[in-house]
Amino acid sequence: MATLTLYIQYIVNGLTLGAIYSLIALGYTMVYGILKFINFAHGDILMVGAFIGLIVYEALLGTSTSPVWMMAAFFIAMIVSMVLSALLGMFIERVAYKPLRNANRLAPLLSAIGVSFILSNGAAWIFGTQSRRFPYPFDNTPITFGGISITPHQILMLVVSVVMMVLLAFFVNKTRMGKAMRATSLDQPTSALMGINVNRVISLTFAIGSALAAVGGILAAFDFRVYPSMGTMTGLKAFVAAVIGGIGSIPGAMIGGILLGILEAVGAPLLHIPNGLKDTVAFAVLIIVLLLRPEGILGKNEREKV
Amino acid sequence: MLNFFMLILIYSGVYALMAIGQNCITGSTGMLSLCHAGFFCIGSYATAIMCKVFGLSFWLSLPVAALVAGFVGFLIGVPTLRLKGDYLCIATLGLGEIIRNIATNINPVGITSIPRASLFGYQFASRNKGAFIILIWAFVLIFYILFQQLAHSRLGRAMTAIREDEVAAQSNGINVTKYKISSFVLGAAIGGIAGCFQTAYTLTVSPSSYTFMVSVMVLCTVVLGGMGNAKAVILGAFIIQFISYFQQLTGLTNIIPPQANQMIFGLILVVMMIWRPQGLLGRDKYRYGDPRTMRQKIAAAFQPRKKGGER
Repeated sequence: MATLTLYIQYIVNGLTLGAIYSLIALGYTMVYGILKFINFAHGDILMVGAFIGLIVYEALLGTSTSPVWMMAAFFIAMIVSMVLSALLGMFIERVAYKPLRNANRLAPLLSAIGVSFILSNGAAWIFGTQSRRFPYPFDNTPITFGGISITPHQILMLVVSVVMMVLLAFFVNKTRMGKAMRATSLDQPTSALMGINVNRVISLTFAIGSALAAVGGILAAFDFRVYPSMGTMTGLKAFVAAVIGGIGSIPGAMIGGILLGILEAVGAPLLHIPNGLKDTVAFAVLIIVLLLRPEGILGKNEREKV
Repeated sequence: MLNFFMLILIYSGVYALMAIGQNCITGSTGMLSLCHAGFFCIGSYATAIMCKVFGLSFWLSLPVAALVAGFVGFLIGVPTLRLKGDYLCIATLGLGEIIRNIATNINPVGITSIPRASLFGYQFASRNKGAFIILIWAFVLIFYILFQQLAHSRLGRAMTAIREDEVAAQSNGINVTKYKISSFVLGAAIGGIAGCFQTAYTLTVSPSSYTFMVSVMVLCTVVLGGMGNAKAVILGAFIIQFISYFQQLTGLTNIIPPQANQMIFGLILVVMMIWRPQGLLGRDKYRYGDPRTMRQKIAAAFQPRKKGGER
C-alpha cells in the first residue's frame, strides 16, 4: 500500500512537470507543423521569458507583502513576459528564419542554433551566469490528502497550463485565424492561393509558441531557478515530448509532455536505477518511440514520394 | 600570446579531426547526426581507462579508442540509420545525451592524472605545446589524405550517391544500409581518435566537457567551412577556435566579456546561413569518371595546352 501511495505521488509530480513540458512542446510542434524545422532557439526564448517575468515581478512587488498584490503582480508579470516574448519570437522569425524559407533543410536549423547562442550568451552577459531564485507569490506549504502531498505551486502549474492549452485548442479549432493556421500547416502553397496571408500566419505561430514558452519558463523557474542556460535542457526535454506525441500535432504535444513528465518521474524508481539517470530514461523513451513509431503517438505517417 | 596561439593550434587540430569525422557522416553521406560529442567522449574515456587502468601506452590506446568509438557508432547506427533527416538528427541527439548522462552518473568528476604520451622516450608534456601541435597536425594530415582518397573510392562514390538520392542509389544496386553504416562507423572512429588526443593533451577527462554544445560546434565547424570539403572543415576548425580564444590572444580579456565570442559565433552562423549557406569554401568538386591516375594528371598539368584542347 505504501508503495502504491509513493507511485501515485510520483505520478502527481510527473503530471505537474509534464504540464510544463506540454506548454513548451507546443511551440516546437506548431513551428514544425508549419515550417518543418526544429526551432532550437525555443528553449532560449523560455529562458528570456523567465528573466523578463522575474524582473517585472520584482519591480512590481517592491516592498509590498500583501498576498493579493503578490498574486496580481505575478499574473501581470506573466502577461508582460508573454507579450514581450511573443514580440521577440516574431522578430527572430523575421530576421533569422524568413530569409531561409526556401533554403535547404539544414539552413534554418543551423540559423536557429546561432540564434540560441546569441540569446543564451547575451543573457549571460546582461544578467550574469549565477542562478536567481524566483520567489513564490504565495505560501508554498504542501497540502496533503491520503498520504499524497501537492504543493500550491504544483496546483498553479497544472491550472495555468490547462487554461493555456484550452485557450490554444479553442483558438486553433474555432477561430478564423486558427483555421488559417491549420490550412497552412497542411499545405502552404495552396493556402497562399486560397488567400491566406501565410507570412502573417507564420508570425502568429511564432508569437503564440513564444508566449507559451514564456509561461512555461516562469512556471518552471520556481523549481529550476532562473539562469541563462536554463532553456537548454528544459528545451531539449520539451522537444522530446513533442516528438513522442507526434511532431506537428498540437494535441500530440500536450499528451507527449504529460507522458514524458510521468515517465521521467516514475521511470527511475520503477527500474531501480539512480535518480540521476532520469534524463537517460527520457532520451531512451525518445529513441524507442522513434524506432517503433517515428511519427509519434498522434502524428501522421508521411511516406516519402519519389 | 604565442602561448594562446599554440593552444588554438592544438584545439583546432582536435576539432579538425572531429570535423573530418562529422564531414564523413554529414557532408559526404548526407546524414544529419548530432552525437559527435558522444564519440568524442567515448574516445577520451577509452584512452583514459587504457592508459591509467591497464597501463597501455598512448600509441596502443589510440587504435583502441578508434575501435571502441567505431563499435559504439555501429551499435548506434544499426537501429537509428533507418531514420531519415530530422528524425535521425533527433535520435542521435538523444543518444549523445545518454552517453554523457551515463558518464556523469558513473563518476561525475571523471578521471584525472592520466599518464603522458611518449614517443621514443620523449614525453609529450602539456606545457610543451610545440610537440603536441606537430603530433596532432600530423594526424590531421594523415586523415585528410585518407578521406580525400576515400572520396574517390567505391565507398566514397556510394556515399555521394546516397547523399544525392537514396532511392536512386538503391535502385542502382548500392547497398544503402551497408554504406550508411560504414560511413557512420568511420566518422565515429575519427571522433574517438579526436577524443584520444584531447585526453593526451589535458590528461584529465570529465563528463562536463562533452555536452550537446560540442556536437553543435562540430557541426558548425563543418558548415562554416563547407560541407563535403575536407580542406574547408579544417579551415572551419581553425576559425572557430580562433574566435573562442580571441580575447586571450589579443589580451583584451578585461574589455571583451567571455560571452561576446559565443555571440559573434551565433551571429556568424545566422549570417552565413542567409548569405553563404554552402560555407566559406563550398563543396569540393570532384571530376567523376576521370580515369587518369595521379601521375598522369600531374604530367598533364605540365604539358603545353593544345589548341582548343579538351580539358
